[in-house]
Amino acid sequence: MPKRTDLKKIMLIGSGPIIIGQACEFDYSGTQACKALREEGYTVVLVNSNPATIMTDTELADRTYIEPITPEIVAKIIERERPDALLPTIGGQTGLNIAVSLHEMGVLQKYGVELIGANFEAIQKAEDRDLFRKAMEKLGLTVPRSAYIRSLEEALQIIAGIGYPAIIRPSFTLGGTGAGIAYNREEYEEAIRWALDASPKRTVLVEQSVIGWKEFELEVMRDLADNVVIICSIENLDPMGVHTGDSITVAPAQTLTDKEYQLMRNAALRIIREIGVDTGGSNIQFAVHPETGEMAVIEMNPRVSRSSALASKATGFPIAKIAAKLAVGYTLDEIRNDITKETPASFEPTIDYVVTKIPRFTFEKFPQTEDVLGTQMKSVGEVMAIGRTFKESLQKALRSLETGVYGFEEVLPPPEDGDRPSRRKTIEEKLRKPNSQRLLYIGEAFRDGWSALEIRGLTGIDPWFLENIRQIIAMEGEIRARAASIRSVDAESVAEKAAFWRKAKESGFSDRRLAKLLGAAEDDVRRMRIAAGVSAVFKRVDTCGAEFVAHTPYLYSTYERENECMPTARRKVVILGGGPNRIGQGIEFDYCCVHGVFALREEGFETIMVNCNPETVSTDYDTSDRLYFEPLTKEDVLAILEDEKPEGVIVQFGGQTPLKLSVPLEREGVRILGTSPDSIDRAEDRERFSEMLDRLRLRQPPNGIARSMAEAVGIAERIGYPVLLRPSYVLGGRAMEIVHDEAGLRKYLTHAVVASEARPVLVDRFLEDAIEIDVDAISDGATVVIGGIMEHIEEAGVHSGDSACSLPPHSIPKETIAEIARQTRELAKELSVVGLMNVQFAIQKGQIFILEVNPRASRTVPFVSKAIGVPLAKLAAKVMAGRRLADLGFTSEIVPGHICVKEAVFPFIKFPDVDTLLGPEMKSTGEVMGIDRKFGTAFAKAQIAAGMNLPLSGKVFISVRDEDKAGLLAPARLLHRSGFSIVATRGTAAYLTDRGVPSEAVMKINEGRPHVADLIKNGEIALVINTPLGAQSKADSYYIRRTALIYNIPYFTTLAAARAASLAISDLIRDELSVQSLQEYHETARKDAHGVR
Amino acid sequence: MRERKAVLALADGTVHEGASFGYEGECSGEVVFNTGMTGYQEVLTDPSYKGQIVTMTYPEIGNTGINPEDVESNRPWVEGFVVREMWGLPSNWRHVESLDAYLRRYHICGIAGVDTRAITRRLRDGGSQMAVLSATDLDPERLVRKAKDLPSIVGRDLVKEVTADRPAHWDAGDWDLEKGYLPASRYRAEFCRVPRIVAVDFGIKRNILRMMVSHGFDVTVVPASASAEEILAHSPDGVFLSNGPGDPEGVPYAVRTVGELLGRLPMFGICLGHQIMGLALGGKTFKLKFGHHGCNQPVKDLATGRVEISSQNHNFSVDPDSLGGAARITHVNLNDGTVEGLSVPSMRCFSVQYHPEASPGPHDSRYLFTRFYRYLTGDEEL
Repeated sequence: MPKRTDLKKIMLIGSGPIIIGQACEFDYSGTQACKALREEGYTVVLVNSNPATIMTDTELADRTYIEPITPEIVAKIIERERPDALLPTIGGQTGLNIAVSLHEMGVLQKYGVELIGANFEAIQKAEDRDLFRKAMEKLGLTVPRSAYIRSLEEALQIIAGIGYPAIIRPSFTLGGTGAGIAYNREEYEEAIRWALDASPKRTVLVEQSVIGWKEFELEVMRDLADNVVIICSIENLDPMGVHTGDSITVAPAQTLTDKEYQLMRNAALRIIREIGVDTGGSNIQFAVHPETGEMAVIEMNPRVSRSSALASKATGFPIAKIAAKLAVGYTLDEIRNDITKETPASFEPTIDYVVTKIPRFTFEKFPQTEDVLGTQMKSVGEVMAIGRTFKESLQKALRSLETGVYGFEEVLPPPEDGDRPSRRKTIEEKLRKPNSQRLLYIGEAFRDGWSALEIRGLTGIDPWFLENIRQIIAMEGEIRARAASIRSVDAESVAEKAAFWRKAKESGFSDRRLAKLLGAAEDDVRRMRIAAGVSAVFKRVDTCGAEFVAHTPYLYSTYERENECMPTARRKVVILGGGPNRIGQGIEFDYCCVHGVFALREEGFETIMVNCNPETVSTDYDTSDRLYFEPLTKEDVLAILEDEKPEGVIVQFGGQTPLKLSVPLEREGVRILGTSPDSIDRAEDRERFSEMLDRLRLRQPPNGIARSMAEAVGIAERIGYPVLLRPSYVLGGRAMEIVHDEAGLRKYLTHAVVASEARPVLVDRFLEDAIEIDVDAISDGATVVIGGIMEHIEEAGVHSGDSACSLPPHSIPKETIAEIARQTRELAKELSVVGLMNVQFAIQKGQIFILEVNPRASRTVPFVSKAIGVPLAKLAAKVMAGRRLADLGFTSEIVPGHICVKEAVFPFIKFPDVDTLLGPEMKSTGEVMGIDRKFGTAFAKAQIAAGMNLPLSGKVFISVRDEDKAGLLAPARLLHRSGFSIVATRGTAAYLTDRGVPSEAVMKINEGRPHVADLIKNGEIALVINTPLGAQSKADSYYIRRTALIYNIPYFTTLAAARAASLAISDLIRDELSVQSLQEYHETARKDAHGVR
Repeated sequence: MRERKAVLALADGTVHEGASFGYEGECSGEVVFNTGMTGYQEVLTDPSYKGQIVTMTYPEIGNTGINPEDVESNRPWVEGFVVREMWGLPSNWRHVESLDAYLRRYHICGIAGVDTRAITRRLRDGGSQMAVLSATDLDPERLVRKAKDLPSIVGRDLVKEVTADRPAHWDAGDWDLEKGYLPASRYRAEFCRVPRIVAVDFGIKRNILRMMVSHGFDVTVVPASASAEEILAHSPDGVFLSNGPGDPEGVPYAVRTVGELLGRLPMFGICLGHQIMGLALGGKTFKLKFGHHGCNQPVKDLATGRVEISSQNHNFSVDPDSLGGAARITHVNLNDGTVEGLSVPSMRCFSVQYHPEASPGPHDSRYLFTRFYRYLTGDEEL
C-alpha cells in the first residue's frame, strides 16, 4: 500500500523530561519519527517539554511546541494546529497516556484527529491489565493469576485466590512506579496503599509472582497488511523479579531451542493481532519456567520502548523510523532496509554477535535508600556492548559503565586476608537480594569456588550465563600465573604469548584489567599485546549476519581475523560521546555530540561517532558517517583512532567522560580539537585556576585545597564557615556537601570523602544567600560571544543542575550583567577557548564571585540554544574545525524578548526514604523548559511540565525556618491575595497573622492529631512550602515533604522557589496559558531589533 | 584438557585454524552458511545438508545442548560443522547431551574458534565452494589441494544416501510443550476426512510428516526410487514431494517419476520436491551463488500480498523463464526475486521452494498444509 495522502499534518508527542523509566530513548525514537514523516512530505507538529532533545530542534519539525505535556495544553495546541492525525506511540508512556486522555476528553473527536499507529481501543487493551488478561485468556495463553482492585478491601478479598508472594502493580504508570512484591499480609497492605496512590486511575493489579522464572522480550512489528515480524529477541540475565529496565539483558535469546522460541514467536504474533496494534513496534514480555518450559505472558507495550531502542541498536533495524512509515500506510515490504539497500524491511534481522545491556545506577546519590532491585525501576541509564561472544560482550559492557570497573573487579578483600565466614555471608546476601553489584559478587563467589548450581539457587540466573562468568574468573587465574613469564623474553615463545593475549582479548578482558591481574601498567600490557600481533579488528552490524553487503559503517571491535573497518581517505573527525546517562551527565551532552556531528558534516568532514549508550540519537547509524559502538575507555578509543587516523578528536561535547580521556589521548599523539587539554586542566586544577583568577583580578570565594584532615580544618578556620566541601575532578556535584562547623567537616572527611595527597578535597567558603548565574559562551580563540546568561531561581548552594533558572535573568541589574559578560570574555580569552565555555558566578551583596569555569559544552547548552534560536554546539564544532564566528554570523549576544525557564525533574518518588531537599549534590535526572512572555507564566509552564500541578485555589501549608520567615512574607501575602487560605505551623502562623496575612495554625507531626500530614493525605492541602528546619525537627519536616511527594502535592523547599511559584500562581489565575511554537518565538526574536545587544 | 586443533581449508585457498570438537577426523563437502539464530539441532539433522559443511553465522552454538525431540531425521547429516564458539555446558530443561558429545557419537567433525563471519563474507562474495575440515591433517597446503580436488555437488545424486530404504507409515503429529509429539490418533476427531498421501522421501524432514499428520493426512513415506506404479499402488489421494540434498538434476529418475504422476494425482512439493516438479514441468534449475540457508527470508504470496518470514535451505532455484508459462509463479523471494512457489492447476500440482514446516524457523507458512488438505478434499481451488 502506498502512503496515505489524506493526511497532511501529523502531531507527535514526545516523552517530556528524562526520568527513571523514560530516558533519551524517546528522543531517539521521536527524532527518527520526525525525520521519517517529513521525508514523506508530511507537516509535523511536535510537542515536547524537554529542550535537551534533538527532536525539539526547530529543523526537525515544522512546528515545535516546547510546552508542558498535559492534556489541557496539548488540546490547545491541537486547537491551534488542527492536525489530521496523532501518532501516540513514539513518546513513551507519556505520549500514550496523553493520547488516551485526549480521546477521553473528546478533543480528538472534536477536531477530527485520527490516532494512527495504535487506536484508543488497542491502547486500552494493552495497558489495562484486566482487559489484557482477558485478551490473553481468549488466546489460550497463560498469564500469571491476577485480579484488578480499586480499594484495600477488594485487595484483601482477592489475595487468597492469588497467593503469596504477590506482585502489586498500579495501572497506567511507567518505569514500574509503585510496583512491589509482598510476601505476607502486612507487606501486602502496605504495597496496596502505595500502589493505589501511584496509579493515576487508582486501579491496581495484584498478580501471582513468577519470580525466578526466566524473562524474555520480543520486539514485534506489524503493518497495515497484517504482516508481522520479530525484530529481536532479548533474554534477561536477571530472572523475573527485577524490572527489565534494571536487568542485565542479552540479545538474542541464548537458552531457548528453536521449538521453544517459535512458541514464543507464535504467541507474540497472536498477541499483537488480538490487541489490535495496527502498525508499528510493540514489546512483549514473557516468563518461562526454568524447569518445565511453561510460558506466561507478562505484559505488552503497544509502542516503541526502551527495549525497542535497544533492539534497534542491537540489530541495526530502526524500529521507530519504520514504525512511523508504517503508521502512514506503507507496508514492510515497501520499505527498504537502509543497511543492505537491496533487501526490504519485511524480514527478521539476524545477528552474528552477542549484545549485552547493563543498566547504570546511581545509588551513591541516595545514601538513605538501600541498593536493592525489584519491580520498581531505579536505573538512570544503560550501556550496550557488542562482542562476538557473550564473554566479550559482557566484559565490554562492564567497562562501558564507567563506574571504575574494567571487568570482573574484586568487590571484597581477597579471601586469604578476610574473614571467610563473613565473606561467605556477604556473598550469599548479595546474591540472594538483587542489587546493582550482583554481577561482581557472582565473580567473587566463583573466586571462592562456588558452583554455578549454588549461585543459581540463590540468584535464579540461568547456568548458561553463570558458566560463562565462571570461565572468565577461571581465566583470571591463568592470567595471574603468567605474570612473570609473559614479560620474559625466554620463558615463552612469541607464538605462546600471542596465543595468550589472543585468548584473553577474545574473552573480553580489557588491558586495564589484564594489567591489574598481571601486576603491570596498562600501557605495558598494550605494548606487549600489540608487539605479539594482537590488536582489535572491527566488524559490522548489518541486520543479516553478513548475508548481504552492508552499506552502513556501523562497527564494533572484537578480536578475530578479518577487519571490516575499511576506513576512507576523507578528512575526518572523531567525536567522543558521553557514555551512559547518569545523574550529572545526561541527554544534554548527547545533544551536543549530535550537533557536533551535524556541524562537521556540513563542513565536509567525515564524522565518526564513538559511544556505548543505546538510548541516544548519537548512536543512531543515521547520525554520523561512521558509528563505533564501543566503550569510552582509552584502550577502545585508541584502537579506533589507530585504524581511522582522523585529523582530530573532539572531547568537549560528551561531558566528563571524553574530557577525562583528553590528556591520555594527547599523550599518545592524538590531536584534540578545540580548547587545549592544558587549558582544560587550568580550569579544572584548583591551584592553577586560582592563579589565573588572581592574574585576571577576578574574585572567587576564599578557598583552599586540603590533602589531610588537619589541613582542611585549618583552611576552614581561615576562610570561615560555612564551607563547601568536594573532591576534585567531579561532575554533578558528586559527594559535595555544605558544612557549618568543624564537627560537620570532620564527619564529612571521615565518612564521605577521605582527603589525601592523590585525592585532595576542595574547601570553599560557602556564599550564603547568593544568587547564582550560569553563563554559556562560545569563542573561536579571538572573538568571544555570550550564548546566554541564566539566573538561578534557587540560591547558591543548590547544584546548578538541580536549580531552576531563567533566561534572561529576571532580577539582576544591567550593570552586573554587563560585568558578568565582561568577566566571561576575559576568562575565555585567557584560556584560549576554542569552542564552548560555561562559567558559574555567584552574586552576594552586589559582589561577583566566580565559582567554576568549564571550558566545554555544559548541561545548559541545549536550553540556551533553544532559547536564543542559535545552535551553539553546532557553531562550536565549526569553530573547532577552524571557522571564525564572524564567518558563521554569530558575533553578538542574543537576548530574546521572551522568557525561558528551565526546571529540573527529580527521581525522589522511586527511592523510598529519600528526602526531597536540594543541595550541592545533583539529584535531578532531567529538565523541562517553559517559554512565555512573562516570567510568572514561563515559570508556571516549567513547573507544570515538571509535574508540579500548581493549584489555583485551596489551602497552602507553610512551615519555614526562622531565617526564612521575613522572606516568606511577600509570597504568603500574594497567595493570600490570590484567594488561598494559609495554614502553618504555630510559629509561622503567628508570624504571618501578626503581619497581616491571616493564617490558621496546624499541628506538627509530634504535636498530636490531626497533624499536617493528615491534612495532606486527606487532600486538604493544595501546596506545601517547607524549608529545611534545624536538626531537631528535621525528621518532622522530612515526613511532611515525603508525604507531599507521595500524594503528588506540589511542594517547594526553598524560599526563592516559593517566591517564584507564588508569582506564577497569581499569573495563572489572571491569564489562561497560551501556547506558541518555538519557530514563532524565534521568528519574532529575529524581527525584534532590540533583541540584539 | 588440551585443546586439539582443526583446520578448515577452502578450495580457493582460504585456511582457518581453530579448535576441533565432535569427531577428530576429516571430512569434506561444500561449505555453506546458515544465518538462523536458533535450531542448530534441526540443521544438523536435516538430510538436505548431506554433502555440506555448515557454518553457523550466529556465534554461540551449543547453548541448549541436544535433546531427543528436536530432530528432523534419525541422525545428523551435515558433513562438518563450523562455529565461532562451541558451548559444552548446555543449559536447557530438555537437553540430554552436549553438542560436542553428540557429534562425536556420529563421527561428525566440528571446528570452533574460527572467524565465521569472515568465512561467510568469503562465501557471499565468492560463492559456495568445496572445503576440507580436518583434525587429523593440519597441513594447510595439503588440505587446500584436497579441497580443490573434490567433485562439485552439481549433478550429483545425494538423495540416494539419505532416502528411506522401504515404505513406512508415519504416525506422529505436532510438538506440544507438555506432551511432546502428539500421536496421529489425537487429530482424527478434528477432521471428518483423512486423505491418504504418499510422501516421496528425497531426504524428508520429519516436521513435514508431523505437519501432514497434524493437518489431517494419513501419511505413507516411500523411498525416492519408488516408481509411479509403486506410488499409485498405495492408492493415495495425493502425492507429496519432499525436500532433499543437492542438485535436482542429480535425480533424473525422480524427475521422470514425477513427470509420470503429473496431472494424475494432486501433488505438493517442498524445496527439492519443488525443483523436481519444476524440471518435470519442463523447466530448468540453476545453482544460486551461495544459496539460502536461514530462518528470516521474506517470501511474498502474490495472491494475497502477504509476506511470510520463511525457513529456507536450498542451493538451487527454478528458473522462471525456463517454464515458459507452464506454471504460475505464486511466491517470490523479496530479497533476490527468485521463485519461491509454483502452481499448475491443470496439472493439479503446486510447490514451494521454502520450508512451511519450518523447524527451525517461523511458522508463518503452515497454511500451505491446510491448502493441500483443502485441495484434496475439494474445498479449495489452486
